[in-house]
Amino acid sequence: MTDYSQQHRGHSYYEANARQRIAHLLDPESFAELLGPADRLTSPHLEPLGQPCAFDDGIVIGRGRLDGRPVLVASQEGGFMGGAVGEVHGAKLTGLLELAQSEKPAGVILMLESGGVRLHEANAGLIAISEIIRALLTVREAGIPVLGLIGGAYGCFGGMGIVARCCDSLIINEEGRLGLSGPDVIETTMGVEEFDASDRALVWRTVGGKHRYMLGEVQCLVEDDIAAFRAAVIKNISMPIPLTLEALEQEQLHLTRRLQDFGQCQDGIDVWQSMGIEAPAMLPLLNIRDFLESVAAQAKANYED
Amino acid sequence: MKIEPLLNELFPAGHSVSVRAGLLSGYGSAGPGQVAVLGTTDHLAVSAEVALELACFVLNVVREKPGVAILMLVDTQGQKLSKADELLGLNGYLAHLVKCLDLASRRGHRLITLVYDEAVSGGFLSFGLMADDIHALADAQIRVMNLPAMARITKLPLETLQELSVKSPSFAPGVDNFYKLGGVLSIWRPPLADHLEAALKRQTCGDHRRDDGMERMGRKLAARVSRLVVDAKPKTG
Amino acid sequence: MEHLQFQFHGSSDRHKDKPAVLVGVVSSGNLEVLIEMADLKGGSQIHVSTKASGFAEIWEAVINDFAARHDLANLVISINDGGSTPAVVSLRLDQAMQEFLGMPS
Repeated sequence: MTDYSQQHRGHSYYEANARQRIAHLLDPESFAELLGPADRLTSPHLEPLGQPCAFDDGIVIGRGRLDGRPVLVASQEGGFMGGAVGEVHGAKLTGLLELAQSEKPAGVILMLESGGVRLHEANAGLIAISEIIRALLTVREAGIPVLGLIGGAYGCFGGMGIVARCCDSLIINEEGRLGLSGPDVIETTMGVEEFDASDRALVWRTVGGKHRYMLGEVQCLVEDDIAAFRAAVIKNISMPIPLTLEALEQEQLHLTRRLQDFGQCQDGIDVWQSMGIEAPAMLPLLNIRDFLESVAAQAKANYED
Repeated sequence: MKIEPLLNELFPAGHSVSVRAGLLSGYGSAGPGQVAVLGTTDHLAVSAEVALELACFVLNVVREKPGVAILMLVDTQGQKLSKADELLGLNGYLAHLVKCLDLASRRGHRLITLVYDEAVSGGFLSFGLMADDIHALADAQIRVMNLPAMARITKLPLETLQELSVKSPSFAPGVDNFYKLGGVLSIWRPPLADHLEAALKRQTCGDHRRDDGMERMGRKLAARVSRLVVDAKPKTG
Repeated sequence: MEHLQFQFHGSSDRHKDKPAVLVGVVSSGNLEVLIEMADLKGGSQIHVSTKASGFAEIWEAVINDFAARHDLANLVISINDGGSTPAVVSLRLDQAMQEFLGMPS
C-alpha cells in the first residue's frame, strides 16, 4: 500500500539546495540546465587564494515549465561561498536575463541566496551585480515578470539585496532575510551597541521575512514549503508591474512616508506598534496563517497609497 | 578634487549646481546643451534619506526636462551602515534610486558618471554604476573594500592578497583595476570640459562593460559566459 | 590546495550514454561529486581538487574502497572538496553513484 502521507509531505525551501529547489518548484522533469557542472565554467580567481571551485560556480540556471508555461530560472547555492557573486556566477545570471529578452518566457524566477559580492573577485563581482541589475530591468521593460524567492540560511544581502528589490515581486518565508549590509557587518564596523548580530530574534525583527512583509518590501510571505513558493509564483507571474514614471512617483511617496513614520525606530517591534498592531511582541511567535490574519489590515495599507 | 573647482572645470560656461549636506543637484551648461547634475560629496554615505533625495531629483528631471543628459558625480564612502537604515529596508531605497535612473535612461536621458573622489561598494552601485558610460579622475579611489578588511573577513593573509593584487585586477582597490575590468570606460585628465563634451556626444550602446573587460583582458570570461547562455539552443524532443 | 588523480583499469562496457550527475555542495566540510561517462575502454579516472593538502594517502584509501564497492567502468569522477572527513567523502561518492545508476540511458 503506497504511503501517500509520505508523498505529500512538504519539501522545506530552507533545507533544500539550489538544484532541489528548482526540481520541486517547477513542473516535474521540466528543467533543462544551461552551462551545468559538466561544462566546468569555474572561477579562475579562487585557486590562487586556496579556495576550491564549484563546477557551476555556485549558481544553477536553465529553462523549465511552471504550470505548463515556459520560464527561465536561476538558483543561487548559498552553501558555496555564501552564494556570493563572482565573475562567472554573475555572467551566468546576466546571460539568463539577456536570454529572457530574446526568448520572452512567461517569467523569470530568481531563487536568491547570496551575501552579495564575492570578495575573492570583488571588483568583478561588483560590476557583475550592476550588469545583472541593468539586464533585469530590461527584461521588465519588455513586460516579462521577474520574481524573486528568498528563504535560505544565507539570506539575500549586499548588492543582491538591491537586485531583489528590482524584481516585480518577492516571495519570502519566515526564515528568509533580506537587507543590504548583514547584521554582522554592521556589528563589526559600528559596534555591538549599534547591532548585536548574535541576537537572532533582533536580527529577524530587523531583516527577517515577517518584518519585510509588514513593510511592503516583499509581496508574499509563505510557509517554508516549496509547494507554497510554487503557488505564490504561479499567482504572481501573471502580475507584472510596469516601471512607469507614475509608478516610481508612487513608490517615492511611499518610501518617503515610510522614512517619516519609522525613521526613528530602532526595532521591528516599534515599527509594528506604530502601524497599529496591538500585540507586536507576539508577531514573531505566530505561525504564518495566524500572522497573515493578524496583520491583514496593516499589510493591505502597503498597497493603498 | 574638491567639488567647487570640479564643477567650474566641467562647466566653464556656468552652472547652478547646489551643494548642501553632501548632496549635489542642479544644472550645468555644456557645449552640446544643458546637463542635469546630481551626486554626492564629502564621501557621503548613501542612506535611505540620501537615496530618496537623489531619486526625487531624477524624477524631476524626467518629468520636467525631456532629453537632458544626466551627469552623476560620485564621492561616497558606500552605503550607510546603521541598524535603523537596515530596519527601513535600505536595499529597497537604493533599488528605487536605481529604478529611477533606469527610467531616465529609457526615456532618452544619457547617463554619464564621473568618479572624482571615492566610489565604494553599495553606494557606488546605487547610482554611479547605472550610467551608460562611467569615467574617473586619475586619482579617484574605487573599491569594494580595503585589503585589510578583506583579509579579516575572508580569513586570508593580508600579504597573500597584496601579492596577488599585483598580478590580478579582480579584487583590489584601484581605478586602473576597474578600468581593466571594463568598469570604467576612460580616465579623465584636464581639460575636463573637453572630456565631458566628448562623453555627451558619444553614442550609447547598452551595457558594454563585459566587452570592454574582455578587450582589456581584465575580465576574460564574463562576456563569453553570458554569450554562451544567450546562444544556448533548447534541446529538441 | 591539492590536486590528485586516480586511475583504474577494467574492461566492461557498462555506463555508456548515461547523463552526468552532480551531488553535494562545496561548503566547509563538504564536497561536490560529478560523475560523467567517457569511453575509457572500461577504465575510470577520479580527479580530486581539495582545499586541504597533505592527505593524499587517505584519499587513496577512500577511493580504493569506493572502487571496490562499485563498477566504475567508463566513468570520470571529479571532486571539489571543501575539507571533508573520509566518512563524508565516502557517503557523497556512494550517493553520487546511486543517483547516477538511477538515471535512464
